[in-house]
Amino acid sequence: MKVRAIECPNCGASVELRGYSHSLSAVCIQCLSVIDTSQPELTILKKFQEQDRVRPLINLGSRGRFGGKLYEILGMQERRIVVDGTAYSWQEYLLFNPYSGFRYLSVYRGHWNFIEPAKGYPEPAMKLVNPGLMYLGERFAHFQTAEAETSFAMGEFPWRLEVGQRVTVKDYIAPPRLLSEEITPDEVTYSVGTYQTGEEIAKAFSLSTPLPPAQGIFANQPAPATNLKSVWVTCGLLVGALMFLITVIGAMSRNEVVFDQRFHYSSSDPESAKVTDVFELKGRTSNVEIAAETNLANDWMYLDMSLINTETGQAWDFGREVSYYFGRDSDGNWTEGDAKDSVIIPSVPSGKYYLRVDPDMSNDNGPHAASYSLKVTRDVPTYWLMWLALPLLMIPAIWRTIARGSFETQRWAESDYVSSSSSSDDD
Amino acid sequence: MIPVAGSDRFEGNCPNCGAPVKFTFKQAVQTVCGFCKSVVVRHGVDLQLVGKVADPLIDASPIQIATEGQHGGQPFVVVGRIVYEYWGGRWNEWYLAFNGGANGWLSDAQLEYAISFPMNAAVPSEVARGERLNLGNETFTVTSHTRARYVGVEGEMPFTTWDKSESSFADLRGANRRFATIDYSEQPPLVFAGLLVDYDDLKLRNVKIFEGWQ
Repeated sequence: MKVRAIECPNCGASVELRGYSHSLSAVCIQCLSVIDTSQPELTILKKFQEQDRVRPLINLGSRGRFGGKLYEILGMQERRIVVDGTAYSWQEYLLFNPYSGFRYLSVYRGHWNFIEPAKGYPEPAMKLVNPGLMYLGERFAHFQTAEAETSFAMGEFPWRLEVGQRVTVKDYIAPPRLLSEEITPDEVTYSVGTYQTGEEIAKAFSLSTPLPPAQGIFANQPAPATNLKSVWVTCGLLVGALMFLITVIGAMSRNEVVFDQRFHYSSSDPESAKVTDVFELKGRTSNVEIAAETNLANDWMYLDMSLINTETGQAWDFGREVSYYFGRDSDGNWTEGDAKDSVIIPSVPSGKYYLRVDPDMSNDNGPHAASYSLKVTRDVPTYWLMWLALPLLMIPAIWRTIARGSFETQRWAESDYVSSSSSSDDD
Repeated sequence: MIPVAGSDRFEGNCPNCGAPVKFTFKQAVQTVCGFCKSVVVRHGVDLQLVGKVADPLIDASPIQIATEGQHGGQPFVVVGRIVYEYWGGRWNEWYLAFNGGANGWLSDAQLEYAISFPMNAAVPSEVARGERLNLGNETFTVTSHTRARYVGVEGEMPFTTWDKSESSFADLRGANRRFATIDYSEQPPLVFAGLLVDYDDLKLRNVKIFEGWQ
């Protein structure tokens, strides 16, 4: 079959019909008359004004490839909706393949959609306040309802262009897909769009100049981190690995008690300093935990201690204050401090050691006394670094979840469902 | 509809011009003489002249008589065609003869394709858009209700089309691409049910050639 041409009944210019007999109306590019081409005797349906003329982003007659199929642009219309007194315009390109049929491309502020006629019937799927649609097993959330009209058209169309006729358009989203319901007095039609970037469109048509960049966030634009679930799965795996590491550290530590003895102290005793028996620290150079447990009650005690190597004389000096107070006031029972204390000395080589302890207590209101035990443990597992790592590991997942939330807020800001926190409307 | 019994193939002469006419498909009761475009109806072994196709059907469907394809793993060949006209334009119903002996229809409405098969189902005498109907054990929703008329016929038909004027048609959609149509030109109405398909699904061969699209 061959492409045919007609003569514009208004100005006589030649109008090519590349959609064969599918084309039911065409716009004369010279005089902007809309010609009814469905009958042998051509009639004029209406005429656009010169000031309505819009330059298409991609020339009519261009051919592009979508899903491996070649399509030719037969027509372009500019459609307009009015929301809260503001007009929003977008362009719709009619694509044609003589075997596969008609498809559409829509573009709004640099955001594109490749649109196909819907197969099957979408069923209502209400969720909370949103009247969505179920289509081929997927739920689409209602985004916006508007009255659309064609403000300009060029090229040819497989329908009679009804200029000025308003069509109710309901958009439903399941990013990256967009389900549109178009309602006219004669019929209800459904179509399904898939989000495309300007780069993808330019590539499909092999355009030499880039298309205008996208502005803002579009209804069915996919969120950047498309799979939050996998981000959280990765996070979970890392936390699991950390837990495993903690178990391994626990299993590999000697955690050996080498000394444990109880002492008594009174502030009236002049020979209060004690020297313990010698104990042996074995294995690789690692930490030593010295834990003190006292019977203090509403009192404090200062332990001045040294861990001393009997062979080299090397000493680790440290002081610990232990205090434990409790009572009852108008808020109920209270406590402050702890009768127990422990300290870890890192990197102590193996060898024979002893502790030197010099306790001190207050002498107010007479002498104070307490008993205390000292327990020395070689190579205790330390976990604080791991606990510090845990929240750090979760930061990327938390950050992406927040970023997604903010992306979704921006997406829905353009919808009929603006969340009350970011809405200035008071309806 | 006129029931036809007997052999699969039948040959005779056009009552108008005498050219040979063939009924290659068992269920066919009507054909169009390839030479003079007379519409010929078969009553047993008698051929009756009922009219003449007004003008050749020029349209842009890629499908034509003798196009072959498959559906549900079953090969078919296109043996006939009816062209309907309604307010929004025209559409084609291609009559399909399947290898297994079944017959079905391939609807082509501005290159949106659907395959359907006759179905025994009782339907209301009138339906409205949005109405839900149970056909067999499936639920369908009426998506359009239009008045249309035959504007042309080609090839073999399982029923006679000549004396038909405008009648009502309802299109229905179900879950998972399911499709049905009700033809109110007969009493009781004819019901067809099937599937919305993509061009590539049909694996068509022997289709029309479009210049510049190879």
